Amino acid sequence: MSELKRTPLRDFHAAHGARLVDFAGWEMPVQYRSILEEHKAVRRAAGLFDVSHMGEVDVRGPDAARFLNHLVTNDVSKLFPGRVLYTPMCQPDGGVVDDLLVYMRGAEDFFLCINAGNIDKDLAWIRAQAAAFDVTVTDRSADYALLAVQGPVAAAIVQSLTGAKLDLVKYYHFTEATVAGVHCIASRTGYTGEDGFELYHAAGDAPALAAALLEAGRPRGLELAGLGARDSLRLEAGYPLYGHELAADISPLTAGIGWTVKLDKGADFVGRAALVAEKESGGTRKVVFFRTGDRRIVRADTPVLDTPGATVGRVLSGTLSPILNEAIGSALVSTPAAAGALAVDIRGARIALQPVCPPFIPLRKT
Amino acid sequence: MSNIPADLRYAKTHEWLRRESDGTVTVGITDYAQNSLGDITFVQLPKVGASLRAGEAFGVVESVKAASDLYAPVAGTVVAANATLDGAPETVNRAPFGEGWMIRLKPADPAAGGELLDAAAYGQQVG
Repeated sequence: MSELKRTPLRDFHAAHGARLVDFAGWEMPVQYRSILEEHKAVRRAAGLFDVSHMGEVDVRGPDAARFLNHLVTNDVSKLFPGRVLYTPMCQPDGGVVDDLLVYMRGAEDFFLCINAGNIDKDLAWIRAQAAAFDVTVTDRSADYALLAVQGPVAAAIVQSLTGAKLDLVKYYHFTEATVAGVHCIASRTGYTGEDGFELYHAAGDAPALAAALLEAGRPRGLELAGLGARDSLRLEAGYPLYGHELAADISPLTAGIGWTVKLDKGADFVGRAALVAEKESGGTRKVVFFRTGDRRIVRADTPVLDTPGATVGRVLSGTLSPILNEAIGSALVSTPAAAGALAVDIRGARIALQPVCPPFIPLRKT
Repeated sequence: MSNIPADLRYAKTHEWLRRESDGTVTVGITDYAQNSLGDITFVQLPKVGASLRAGEAFGVVESVKAASDLYAPVAGTVVAANATLDGAPETVNRAPFGEGWMIRLKPADPAAGGELLDAAAYGQQVG
């Protein structure tokens, strides 16, 4: 068995009763007490997540903005210092290499947050695409820890530990702030569909910052939350997860996040021609979201059936929504079949998939 | 450390069995099993009157993580299934040896189950 990578908070998790599992080669907390209870705590009050396994990359140099606009599908030219952009980056065939956040710190200074399981692949890809540009690409993943505080009272909890005026930091903006004595990039972003902050900070400061956030948050209802709740929260919000709704063979258009693909941004970018062609043809497959009205979880890779019972696709993600109390999920289905009735077979029971345009529940994010 | 009551018998597949005074046996899953599964979201149980062979799958317990079969520790006829678990499957997490019981069987052979583990042997298995 190969050695699992650890975040600076591994012992903090163990001391707080976490169940630690292998996630993309990292020893991570899947839950502390209960996935369902942690999920509800985030919707009701707040949750604290260690997502230090995520990768961070500096992209700096005279060509940084022009290079990034070539690399990703969304429009980097719309950024200004303090603004965050969510975007896929694609292969030439339109398949997704990864989805990421782009932070603009200055005219020649950008910062990327990428998925943990893709760090090596992404760095090789980004460096290969950067060859013709005057930029420096630096892996900062080991330098940074990342704590996410998410939920309706998350901002108030972080505000209680900093003099920075967080109400001036709007959704998908960031600021540099000292939180509980720790220098942070405080980003008003998240992966739960709730308001909140993601705090990037020096790896060595993580135990002190986590302890301070937990202490300040507990009286307000904050709970530690693991990757199990993170996954059910993101699915309830309708957010894609790389390796499920986005993949090397699932383009952003197929995934239903066409709003992140700016074909007319005035710059050619990797994958543009293929995405133009897919947009014109309408594509052969699409990602759909569903609920079932039943508590049986529809698990990833379950075949999706049309009315006569032919396989027309497969399930990408599935869980029980702790808020709706029924199974929810996503599936990749052939475009003609997507307009018709869809079902799955669970242990001999035929269960209809009811189409949903996510989010599955009303969200309060700012 | 999981709870392993001394007065029950145990199957290697993590079901427990309790002999009741009326000659029936009650079956559920152990504290170790519910803890390993995590949040239980669905329990599928047989109908009253169903006839089970020893070791036969009689139902399914599902958690956020996975779905697992339930196995009859002895042969018998189902005389009751815990209807509480339809609407509140999390009862199994909260009280695996109490309110979270699953089925009651009238055993085909009242002496059956001698090969099941006692608490000490089961404790060794789940170590």
